[in-house]
Amino acid sequence: MSTIKINSDNFQKEVTNSDIPVIIDFWASWCAPCMMMGPAFEELSNEYENKLKFAKLSTETEPIISNQFNITGIPCLIITKKGKEVDRIVGFAPKEVLKAKIDLILDRI
Amino acid sequence: MEEYDVIIIGSGPAGLSAGVYAGRYMLKTLIIGGNITGGAITEAHRVCNFPSQKNIGGLDLSIKLVEHAKTNGIKFAENETAKTIEQNGLSFNIKTDQNQYQTKKIILAFGRKKRMLNIEGEKEFLGKGISYCATCDCSFYKDKTVAVVGGGNSALTAALLLSEYASKVYIVYRKSKFFRAEPVWIKQTDNNPKIEYLFNKEIKKITGNKFVEKTIFKDGEELAVGGVFVEIGSIPDETLSKQLNISTERGYILTDKKQKTNIQGVYAAGDITNNVLKQVITAAAEGAIAAESVYKEIIKGD
Repeated sequence: MSTIKINSDNFQKEVTNSDIPVIIDFWASWCAPCMMMGPAFEELSNEYENKLKFAKLSTETEPIISNQFNITGIPCLIITKKGKEVDRIVGFAPKEVLKAKIDLILDRI
Repeated sequence: MEEYDVIIIGSGPAGLSAGVYAGRYMLKTLIIGGNITGGAITEAHRVCNFPSQKNIGGLDLSIKLVEHAKTNGIKFAENETAKTIEQNGLSFNIKTDQNQYQTKKIILAFGRKKRMLNIEGEKEFLGKGISYCATCDCSFYKDKTVAVVGGGNSALTAALLLSEYASKVYIVYRKSKFFRAEPVWIKQTDNNPKIEYLFNKEIKKITGNKFVEKTIFKDGEELAVGGVFVEIGSIPDETLSKQLNISTERGYILTDKKQKTNIQGVYAAGDITNNVLKQVITAAAEGAIAAESVYKEIIKGD
């Protein structure tokens, strides 16, 4: 599995109607910590086959969705179930820390 | 294990410049990049004082520096963080979160970490109105009232950037005037109609329901804001310095004019040193000097 790009056209299909939880990476090209976390997010997407879908959403091109999720700081990873937020991870984290945080959230939901 | 001539820890202007020079001296070189490739400058709004760059975004400048450092045959371990350093005779063993390396010389150029307010509400509202990166988050504060805490260059430039989005920007500073910021930035904030100064003020608490709604000051006054940007400077991380028994002053590594520390074979450059000016140009210069010192020691066989 790799990451998919989310926009207003495919949000319903890929996020709201997803059978498995979706983690959305809210990012922007001017955000250095977002750019640094990108590769780790990409790598992790291969470690959760059929358990978690990895999606990326550009806050630059999708301000409406960003606003709906009350994004006020990036990098911000939001874990959703049927399109509803269940938890969020805010700020930069290296891959291993990210993985531990994701696992903790997945255990709970 | 193959041995490097020099391992540079940190990938800000100091580490990258050291990398450019070390590469051209054809030293077998590795840069251990740390969490943020490019270092603290990646989050600077504008850099206007690096000769040849009249006005460049911090991230853009760091991308150029990274690209330059990568051109001279050196190795770059991006997103790897050095955890421990051990001296082993005339060489050093470095363990990162992912690998282990051996090297003859080390250049410490890992900069500083951001200082936090350490007040009630700060952790709770991270990403919900509290930000440490104005360049990352400014666009989410369109037509809102925000506060920037701090009085140095980073606080003033953050306020200027935020004024392009927010309806009102307060600069909250605990002193009576800006002592540390460059006059050219002060002039710009003075003339910006959206920016207002709150001097002699310290935030005691940040409150809100789901998101930041107000700050409460130590004098009991309150200010309604939708966001708080913390720009109160940085502090040195002493973990690695302590492992090597490197002499420091308030956490900053003491070096001589050749960027040597008190430990043979260990050099330091940039914001982590006790230098008097923490800027891209001084960091770059120190990185260059450190690489040259390493080169001279290696050809002498020290």
